[in-house]
Amino acid sequence: MSEKQFSNPAVRWIDHRLPIFSFLNHEANEYPTPKNLNYFWNFGSLAGISLVVMIITGIALSMSYTAHVDYAFESVERIMRDVNHGWLLRYIHMNGASFFFIVVFIHIFRGLYYGSYKAPRELLWILGVVILLLMMATAFMGYVLPWGQMSFWGATVITNLFSAIPGVGEAIVTWLWGGFSVDNPTLNRFFSLHFLLPFVIVGVVVLHLVALHRFGSNNPLGIDTKGPQDTLPFHPYYTIKDFFGLSVFLTFFAAAVFFFPNFMGHPDNYIPANALQTPAHIVPEWYFLPFYAILRAVPDKLGGVLAMFGAIAVLFILPWLDRSPVRSGRFRPIFKIFFWLLLADCVLLGYIGAMPAEGLYVLVGRLATVWYFVHFLVILPVLSVIETPRPLPQSISKPIFTGGGAMAGAAAAPKEKV
Amino acid sequence: MAKSKSTTNATSAPEGQKSRRDFIVVASYAMGAVGAGAFAWPLVDQMNPAADTLALASIEVDVSKISEGQSITLKWRGKPIFIRHRTKSEIAEAAEVATADLRDPEDDGLRVQKPEYLVVLGVCTHLGCVPLGQKVGEVRGEYDGWFCPCHGSHYDSSGRIRKGPAPTNLEVPPYTFLSDQVIRIG
Ligand code: HEM
Ligand code: FES
Repeated sequence: MSEKQFSNPAVRWIDHRLPIFSFLNHEANEYPTPKNLNYFWNFGSLAGISLVVMIITGIALSMSYTAHVDYAFESVERIMRDVNHGWLLRYIHMNGASFFFIVVFIHIFRGLYYGSYKAPRELLWILGVVILLLMMATAFMGYVLPWGQMSFWGATVITNLFSAIPGVGEAIVTWLWGGFSVDNPTLNRFFSLHFLLPFVIVGVVVLHLVALHRFGSNNPLGIDTKGPQDTLPFHPYYTIKDFFGLSVFLTFFAAAVFFFPNFMGHPDNYIPANALQTPAHIVPEWYFLPFYAILRAVPDKLGGVLAMFGAIAVLFILPWLDRSPVRSGRFRPIFKIFFWLLLADCVLLGYIGAMPAEGLYVLVGRLATVWYFVHFLVILPVLSVIETPRPLPQSISKPIFTGGGAMAGAAAAPKEKV
Repeated sequence: MAKSKSTTNATSAPEGQKSRRDFIVVASYAMGAVGAGAFAWPLVDQMNPAADTLALASIEVDVSKISEGQSITLKWRGKPIFIRHRTKSEIAEAAEVATADLRDPEDDGLRVQKPEYLVVLGVCTHLGCVPLGQKVGEVRGEYDGWFCPCHGSHYDSSGRIRKGPAPTNLEVPPYTFLSDQVIRIG
């Protein structure tokens, strides 16, 4: 990385010894970014901001939270009633988790549609799936902390998933619990890990960004940038666009925090945990519902657990399942249809996950589960072979392959030559 | 490490042979691995149940107070224990079942010490919810025992799994009759 000459002498002095300013200038200022990104490319920065919001409010909550079975529930109620602005911090943290998942799910489906997982971005994609797993673990353990009925029974059911592992399952569950049931040792370690994991996520996000900046962003056309005429400097073009997106996001977020703070939660979690009584209908947080539906679709304990983890595992190998050389769904007429079917299937799974496991729901849940796996394991590999993609544009500056385009806007026009 | 690149080094052996330096390198790595392992194990094992958790006391109950057809729920090691004073028909029903056809074949006779009193852990063997059926008026499933609402497991009047995702019967905890009336669990 070349050293930039900064006009401020203090900055220059520091940068010569610690090239942090050159680094930032390179990666966040002049960083060349495809000029045709649409609003779906806002969700990466929104995810990063959500993570920061979670860490800041989480640290503040920890200052008043007590990780003990006799005090946890009351300490959270105290945060809500007595701690100055405690209600605000908790509602931001609680709804922040939901919004974080909304943002990340959109971010993931963006990648699925525009083929962002394809070469050379396979590792970038895999790191993203790792982040998703870490987020799920973090959110699961965070939900246990207020020690309500859903906290307790969610923790019981999810930790019991590991008992399905043949042979060592029971030993693993006892080890996770630190006892013979979900109890004080479990709550303590979940607090410790809930505090730790977000910082691990920060680490993986850094790797994710290093991998991203190696080849730069994909774009809605899914073709490589061919030179400066196809890109814009990140600042001010995308910084301002990201800020605009953030303000829209914050509008929705604030609406939830101030007007519907418990909409995405479950009222049973305002009943203190009771180890002797399971609520009549236990459901996980909404962002786990599709996975929960897959778990319940299989009428066998080990099979259900394997299917649930398998639903994430297929994402890891996705770059090798979809071999089509064309990235963007825009140029893949059949893929496009199946993409929307997959999205509908995931929404359907989420709905089934919230319903009791009986009657028609069981059947629909099974069909939707089968479809999920068929999409990744059969349809994508087959489509890569049989589908004829539409012709690709020559470059981002020439979106219409017959000749130069109106989109080759003012900024790039003089240099337009491949 | 060694091999062709370091053949100019005085201590290294000719091509293809192991030198003393190779030995030292391998031995150091091995010692490092042993040390790391010796430190990792306590870190992992500290999460297993602590001595006081393991030492959790046993509990004693007077079962004579449970009238026929009623059940009580107790807490032992953080988990619910179901004690049911079974009716004649429930006992007969449990004994009649063709054991071999069950998912987890077990004779009713082996699951009780006195046929009137069934003692089981009230923990669904699927994913650990507490099945319904203890209180009068609660659903008891299709086999006159317990029904787990979480994912729909049905247990019979011997606590055996009959229908639904749970793989095994409700567990029978270790217990002894101290007298005709008093049971000690644990
Ligand atoms: C990836 C980022 C994070 C996610 C997804 C997340 C998620 C959650 C969730 C879902 C809850 C339960 C909220 C409720 O129903 O009350 C929670 C609670 C909590 N979290 Fe986090 N969290 C994150 C980061 C953090 C961090 C970094 C800390 C501390 C440094 C923290 C500290 C706490 C505390 C003390 C509670 C209990 C208080 C409460 O329930 O509101 N969290 N978290
Ligand atoms: S926990 Fe009882 S059926 Fe799943």
